[in-house]
Amino acid sequence: MGELVKKTIRRIKVDLKKCNGCRACEIACSAFHAKPKYSSVNPARARIRVVKDLLNDEYVPIRATDYSKAQCDGRRVYVVDGKEYSECSFCGTICPARDLFHEPDSGLPLKCDMCEDDPPQPEPLCVQACPLNCLTYEEKEVWVEADEEQVRPAEMELGLKSLVDKYGYQELSDTFARMSQKAKG
Amino acid sequence: MRYAETGYILEVDLTRGNIERVETDPKLTEMYIGGQGTAAKIIWDRVPPETQAFDPENLLIFSTGLLHGTPIPAANRTAVNTISPATGLFGHSLMGGHFGPELKYAGYDKIIFRGKSPKLVYLWINNDKVELRDASHLQGKGAIETAYLIREELQDPNIQVAAIGPAGENRVYTASIEHDYNAAARGVGPVMGDKKLKAIAVRGTKDIYVCQPAELFAECLALRKKMAESDKVGDWMAVDEDDSFHHNNFSWGNARVRIKDYWSDELQERWTRLKYDHMDRQIGCYNCPKACINVISWPGRRRFGYKCYGKDTYHMAAFKELDFTYDILGIAQEYGLDSYSTPQVIAFAIELYEAGILTDKDLPGFPSDSGERTWYLMEKIVRREGIGDKLADGVYWAARRIGSGAEAYDHNTVKHFEQLPIKLGKLNPPYFLMIATAEKMAITQIEGSFPQDPLPTIEEREEFCKHWDAVPDPKFIKYFMEWEKRNEISNEASCAITEWNEAMHYLDDATGLCGFVSSFRGQFGGGVVYHMNNLPRILTLATGIEFTKDDLWSIYRRNRNLIRAINNRRGMRRADDRPPEDHWAVRDEAFEQQLLSDYYAYQGWTMDGVPRKDTLERLGIGYVAEDFIKRGILTGDEVPVEPSWKKEGKNS
Repeated sequence: MGELVKKTIRRIKVDLKKCNGCRACEIACSAFHAKPKYSSVNPARARIRVVKDLLNDEYVPIRATDYSKAQCDGRRVYVVDGKEYSECSFCGTICPARDLFHEPDSGLPLKCDMCEDDPPQPEPLCVQACPLNCLTYEEKEVWVEADEEQVRPAEMELGLKSLVDKYGYQELSDTFARMSQKAKG
Repeated sequence: MRYAETGYILEVDLTRGNIERVETDPKLTEMYIGGQGTAAKIIWDRVPPETQAFDPENLLIFSTGLLHGTPIPAANRTAVNTISPATGLFGHSLMGGHFGPELKYAGYDKIIFRGKSPKLVYLWINNDKVELRDASHLQGKGAIETAYLIREELQDPNIQVAAIGPAGENRVYTASIEHDYNAAARGVGPVMGDKKLKAIAVRGTKDIYVCQPAELFAECLALRKKMAESDKVGDWMAVDEDDSFHHNNFSWGNARVRIKDYWSDELQERWTRLKYDHMDRQIGCYNCPKACINVISWPGRRRFGYKCYGKDTYHMAAFKELDFTYDILGIAQEYGLDSYSTPQVIAFAIELYEAGILTDKDLPGFPSDSGERTWYLMEKIVRREGIGDKLADGVYWAARRIGSGAEAYDHNTVKHFEQLPIKLGKLNPPYFLMIATAEKMAITQIEGSFPQDPLPTIEEREEFCKHWDAVPDPKFIKYFMEWEKRNEISNEASCAITEWNEAMHYLDDATGLCGFVSSFRGQFGGGVVYHMNNLPRILTLATGIEFTKDDLWSIYRRNRNLIRAINNRRGMRRADDRPPEDHWAVRDEAFEQQLLSDYYAYQGWTMDGVPRKDTLERLGIGYVAEDFIKRGILTGDEVPVEPSWKKEGKNS
């Protein structure tokens, strides 16, 4: 048994009945992550997307979580209140099966960072922008074992991982070494 | 660097299948803003008055608003403009949803279609890749169904689609262009069908930049919050189940019958239950916190959505109840029929049958129930089958084609276009001006900033004015405080009120903002979020172009006069500026004509309703005057005329 430490879990709660499909969450997210901050809007760069199907009355905001180089079999179909949802409707994995959470220029994965900022934001921007409180923010303190706590990979690491998957470690490190050499002049 | 806009338009020649990406002049943004404004400039420049709606030379223009794609909430209305077959004049319609912003993200401010495709096609825009694709497999398909088939075919659920149904394909004059549960009508649907363009599918993944990012974003968060919390914006009928307003005040059938005490508690309770038993949720358009669209799941039908008065038109035309509308509306939307004008054409035909002008020979097997008759006629109209071929041309033209006295039953059109079925007692002078001089053919696209009715007590008026942030000039407070009876208001006030109402719509139609949070909504409660006082700053932050309140007034006048000029060049004159003769029971021709003259004088028009040379030059569109003089529409020597209140030195 390792030592117990206190940890704050930051969560976004999604009330599917409240979503009006306006995509303000996508807009706020892409604006916050633009450089310089708020200088542009592009939902395709958002780390949260609303999975929508009008005829199925389906409105599900999902956020980008883990990266996977392969798509899963995605065979589960959920029936909620008589409406059918595919497994993908609730899945935040950045995978090749769909055109979500890939940087439109580079194809590299995009990942939700809960709007880490200095000074910190009171709530992630998608929550701040959600007009109908479909998205709400929660912080919860839990005790976890110290050695269990692991750092989840951030967006850049996912990007590098996708490049490793594509080119392999050797080619990636050779290229990186060559580029840094060149940059140093 | 262009802010808020992309600076590019798509030019699509459907005859030759040629597609070009063309850079636009930033000066046009300063002069006309965008949306309908810049579309009007293109139609003025490129569609001569000889060109008729169904000529290949007619253009069909889809415009984003200048603020689409920025973080500014409720900027999502796409403007569609053309020359309309029903009126022969400038056709203008708007649709909400997600289409305009997606087009912006694909890298275009507008799409201009010209020519006619030899076969049915759809346009697929995927950022820089733009292609015309065969649509023969979509022929006869419903508008929403088409959107789903295209998404499936292109394997991308995030594509936004605007499509016509069979009504548009068959050039039905009341056909609409449908996008999700939104639609553009008033003449644009049949032109799309005539060009053999079934749909436009868009997917965009590019950035839209704004000039003052941090300041604008903070402002937008505050605006969105204010909008979400306010009951003064959005469609109040989405939450207030009391719809006595339309049912007691608007006319039923062929705009004939008023049932002043129709609404009752029993009815309200029953209809509320009917609605909530079948409503899945209420949705909003792109980047808008309101939820104006009621999504209905009706047994045996696909889901559909409606807003506001759209839920009343079919059952009020057919003397039925809400369940009748719920049953027919989803199908009518798939057919791509405008729910405002189509039921009126149907009610007109039923009246002709009852009058013996249309007979069983014209309507074989015509049912006896008014609801079944409505279905029967809708099917005939969509397919242009039998009598449906004449009725498909709308009330005005159908009456002329049917003849035998049918003309007398066309009592509710202006400039050949079906008006809302409103029949009232005493004249409301600003409404006379708005309906008479409307270039947009629908009162809902003109009215909206100044209240429809006076408030009974001084205290109530004072309270109203205290919170009236939208007022662009203190004179409107004076008019409102002094206003006692609806029909008693000075000509000067009527002209100014009409101008303010129009101005907000012309600005919304250029910026892409929705009337429900801006131009249309102030008349009910006053507290809109966008108005003349905050728009200049918002526009400036987004675009980096310095816009002042005076600039916005000038841009409104420029756009308004330019569209007037397009119509003048097509023959529209004073004689066409007439509300339906029975719109009000009590009329005074001499007063009305004086009011009209005053409005023309106020706007800087000739007494025949044509903008004068000095007016056009002052607005920086002297090119219109040059064209008018060349064509003999103006001599160039017309001089300003004083409105009556100036002549008399007092209010008339």
